[in-house]
Amino acid sequence: MAKEITKAEEFFLKKFNLNTIQLEQTIGKALGKQIDYADLYFEYRTNESVSLEEGMVKKAAKSIGQGVGVRAVADEKTGYAYSDEITLKNLELAARTARYITTDHSVGKPVPVRSDVVRPDLYPIQTPVSEIPVQEKIDLLHQIDVLARRYDPRIKKVMASFASEHKAILVVTSEGRIVGDIQPLSRLNVTCIAEENGNRQVGSYGGGGRVAYSFFLENRRFEAYAKEAARQAILNLSAVDAPAGMMDVVLGPGWPGILLHEAIGHGLEGDFNRKRTSAFTDLIGKQVASELCTIVDDGTIPGRRGSLNVDDEGTPTHRTVLIEKGILKGYLQDRLNAKLMGMTPTGNGRRESFMHIPMPRMTNTFMLAGESRPEEIMRSVKNGLYAVSFGGGQVDITSGKFVFSASEAYRIEDGKVTAPVKGATLIGNGPDILKRVTMVGNDLQLDAGVGTCGKDGQSVPVGVGLPTLRINGMTVGGTQG
Amino acid sequence: MIPYEDLVAAVLKKARSKGATAGDVMIVEGDSFDAQVRLKSIDKLSNAHEKRLGLRLFFGNRSAVCSTSDFSVESLDRLVEDTCYLARCTAEDPHAGLPEPTALVLPDLDLYDDTLHEWKMEDKIDLAVQAESAALGYDARITNSEGAGLSHASRRVVYANTHDVIGSYPVSYVSFSVSPVATVDGSMQRDYWYSAKRKIKELASPESVGRTAAQRTLRRLGARKIATDEVPVIFDPETAAELIGSLSSCVSGYAVYKGASFLAGKLGQPVAASSVTVLDNGLIPSALGSRPFDGEGLPTRKTTVIKKGVLESYLLDSYSARKLGLRSTGNAVRSVGDVPSVSHTNFYLVPGTHSPEEILRSVKRGLYVVETIGFGVNHVTGDYSRGAVGLWIENGELTYPVEEITIAGNLKEIFMDIEMIGNDLELRSSIAAPTIKISKMTVAGH
Repeated sequence: MAKEITKAEEFFLKKFNLNTIQLEQTIGKALGKQIDYADLYFEYRTNESVSLEEGMVKKAAKSIGQGVGVRAVADEKTGYAYSDEITLKNLELAARTARYITTDHSVGKPVPVRSDVVRPDLYPIQTPVSEIPVQEKIDLLHQIDVLARRYDPRIKKVMASFASEHKAILVVTSEGRIVGDIQPLSRLNVTCIAEENGNRQVGSYGGGGRVAYSFFLENRRFEAYAKEAARQAILNLSAVDAPAGMMDVVLGPGWPGILLHEAIGHGLEGDFNRKRTSAFTDLIGKQVASELCTIVDDGTIPGRRGSLNVDDEGTPTHRTVLIEKGILKGYLQDRLNAKLMGMTPTGNGRRESFMHIPMPRMTNTFMLAGESRPEEIMRSVKNGLYAVSFGGGQVDITSGKFVFSASEAYRIEDGKVTAPVKGATLIGNGPDILKRVTMVGNDLQLDAGVGTCGKDGQSVPVGVGLPTLRINGMTVGGTQG
Repeated sequence: MIPYEDLVAAVLKKARSKGATAGDVMIVEGDSFDAQVRLKSIDKLSNAHEKRLGLRLFFGNRSAVCSTSDFSVESLDRLVEDTCYLARCTAEDPHAGLPEPTALVLPDLDLYDDTLHEWKMEDKIDLAVQAESAALGYDARITNSEGAGLSHASRRVVYANTHDVIGSYPVSYVSFSVSPVATVDGSMQRDYWYSAKRKIKELASPESVGRTAAQRTLRRLGARKIATDEVPVIFDPETAAELIGSLSSCVSGYAVYKGASFLAGKLGQPVAASSVTVLDNGLIPSALGSRPFDGEGLPTRKTTVIKKGVLESYLLDSYSARKLGLRSTGNAVRSVGDVPSVSHTNFYLVPGTHSPEEILRSVKRGLYVVETIGFGVNHVTGDYSRGAVGLWIENGELTYPVEEITIAGNLKEIFMDIEMIGNDLELRSSIAAPTIKISKMTVAGH
C-alpha cells in the first residue's frame, strides 16, 4: 500500500505538473475563519468495455476521465466546485467557488500536508486489466457465447460484456493528510434469452470485483457465468405466474442480501439519521431485528467489489457492526455527518467521481451465518416462496418501505421446493422485516460482484451477502391470488 | 463559426490518415450548478464546468468509440490511436456505418435560456428557500424536510462526421424541487414536488411547488395495508408517465431486434386499447425532450408510435433501423463516450376526454396510485409487479392512504385494459401521460 500511495501521489503531481506546496496553498485558499474543513479530490480513470451480441463483438469503447473537486465545509454547509482540467488556475478558481457558502472573505494559510500510509493493499494487482490485450477479452466473450448456446438449443440470444476500470485517486485534506489509492474494478456479465413456442424468457448472471483478469479464468469462472445465465433463462420458460399475498419466504444465500442493503442499510446511513428523516432515527440500542441477526458493513475484504483501502475522503474503511443479535449498534458515516452527530467516521464517505460530493454509502453489507442447515430451513416451511436471485431493489428511507424483484424463485409446498415462478416482487417495512426472521442458515455467501447502488443520482459499486434465511409473513406481489 | 470546428476537422483528418474509412465526433461542453437548502439554510452548493469529446471510427464495417475530457493535441492523438486500435479488434458488422449523408437542419426550438448566466446566487438560494418555506409552513404536521434543491445546466452540443456534416446547438435546463417530511403518531412520510423547464421564466412559482409537495406528503400519513384483491387501478399523471416510460423502452429498436421486448414483431398489430395514441415528438418548442438533430446528426421529427391501439412505429436510429429493415426515426442518442443508442424525445400518451374527477367517480372500489417503486418490469415478457403507494377508492372517492402493497399484471394486458384516459396531460417531463384507469390489476397486500 505504501508503494501504491506514493504511486498515486507521484502520478498526479507529475501528470498535471503540480507540486506539494501548490496543493498546500490551494487548501489554504479554500479555508477561512468560518470554514473549518477543506479537501481536494483528484481522479484519473480509464474505462474500457467490449460487448458481444449475435455472436459478434461489434462494440468496443474506451474513455479517459480526469478532474479535481474542491470542497469547503462550514458546519452543515458544503461548498463544492470541480473542473475536468487539472491546472493550478482551475484549482484556485474551484477553491474560491467552493467558499460561496459563507460570506467570510478571510483567506487561510497554506496547510502542511504529509503522506499517510493506511494498510496493506486490499487489491494488489500486478497487471491492470486495461493492459490485457483487447483481443483476449474478445476471445473470452466468444467462448461464453458458444458455452451458453451449447447449454440448450432453446437459448436463442446471448449478450456478454466485459468492463474494466482503473481509477487513481488522491485526497488532500486540511487536516494535513495526503492519501492516494489505485482502485481497479472489473465485471463480466452474461444475459441469455431463451425461446420456446413464442414464450421468451431472460436469464442473467455475472461477477467480478477489484481483481486481476486471471480471476475470470480461474476454475473457468467465465464458463460458470455463461451456464448460470443460460440455466436461469431455460428455467423461466417453465415458470408459472407468481402468487400474490402474504406468505413465508426463504431467501437463498448470497445476492438476496440485497434485502439487507435496501431494507436496513440505507436507513442506517448517517445523513438520513442526522437529518432525522430515516425510519431508523433514534433506534440505536433498540431491538430492530430478531436476535438471530447480526449485520455488518465491511469495506476491508480483499478484492471485493464493495471494498476500498480508503473511502473518498481518505478515511480507511472499517468493518462496522450495524446490528448485533438484533440490537441496532451503529450508523454508516462520512466525515461531515459523523462530526455533526458527535460520532467517528466509519470510512463510508463515498462519491461516484470528482463531480460529486461524498456522502455516507455502504461497502459490502451482509448478515453473519447462523446455525440452521439450509435443508432444515426449507423443510420447516409449509407454504411459501423460495427466492434465489433478484433483479433490483429500492427503498423509501423515510417510511421504511422497500421492494425488490425476484429473477429466480420457486414455490415451497410442504417443505419441498416445487414450481419455478416468475414476476415475483417482495415488499416490506425496513424496521419490521428482520423481526420476522425465524431461522438463519450456516451458509453465508457473498454475492458474485455485480452490485451497483444508486443514491441521489450517484452510483457506486457495492457488495452484499446473506446466509439462507427464513422470514415469516412477507407480502409477495404476483398475479395469482 | 461553430465552436471546435477546427479541432473536430483535425481529429477526423488524423483518423482518415490512419486508415479510418468514416467516423463522427460529438462534443458536449457546459456548466452546471446545484444548490441544496435545508431548513432554510444552505446545505450544499456545487458548481462546475465540463467538456468531453467522443470519437467513433469505422474501418469498413468495424467500429469503436473512445472519449476524453483532455483536449490537448497529445491526448487527441492518443484518442485517435486508441480508437483505431479498438476498431480493428471488433467484428465486421454488415449493418454498421454512418447514416446516409443528410444535411443538418437547425429548427429554432427555443431550448436555451441566455439569461441563465446572469442569475444571481442570492436569487437562486432565495427561490429554494421560498419553496421549502411554503411546504414547511403549510401544515403543522410537516415537521421536517429533506430540503429543497435547485439545479441548472447549460450545454453546447457539437456534432460532425466524415460526410462533411457539422452542426451545433445550445440547450439549458433549470429545475427545483422540495421534499418535506410529515409526521403523525411517530410515523413519518416523505414525498416531493418539482418544476423542471428549459428557462427560468417558465418555472412554476416556489409557493405552488412547496404547497403541492406538502399536500402530496400529508395525504400519505396514516397509510394502511389492504387485503390482496383484483380491482380497477387509476394511475395519476406521474405514475401513468412511468408506465408509458416502460412502453418507450419496449419500442426501442435495440430491444426489438434483440428480441428483448414483448413488442418485437408486433408492428401493425393492436397492442393497446383503441383509445390509446402515443406520440414521440422531438420538435415541440422549449420542451424538455426536444432537440434539433439526433445523436447521428439526423433531423428529429414527430413519430406516431401507437395509433388508436395499433403499434405503428418503433423508435429507431440508423443501426437498429438497418437491422430491422426500416428507416431511422431520428431517435439516436449518444452519451459522448458510447456508440449511439435509441431514446425517446418527448414521448406521451395523447389525452382523452375524461376529467380526472370523472375517472375517479367511475370506480366503486379500487386503487389510486401515486407512487411506484422497485424494478419489477420485465421488458422481455411484459411481466409487471411493482411496489406502490396510493389512496384507496370507495364509491368514487379517495378515502385512506395505502402502502406496502404491490400492483401486478402484464404490460400486454395492462395497455389493453386502459379503460379511461384523462384530459389532464401536461408535459412536465420528457415522458408524460394524463390520468389513466386500468380496468383491473392484482393488488397484493396481506
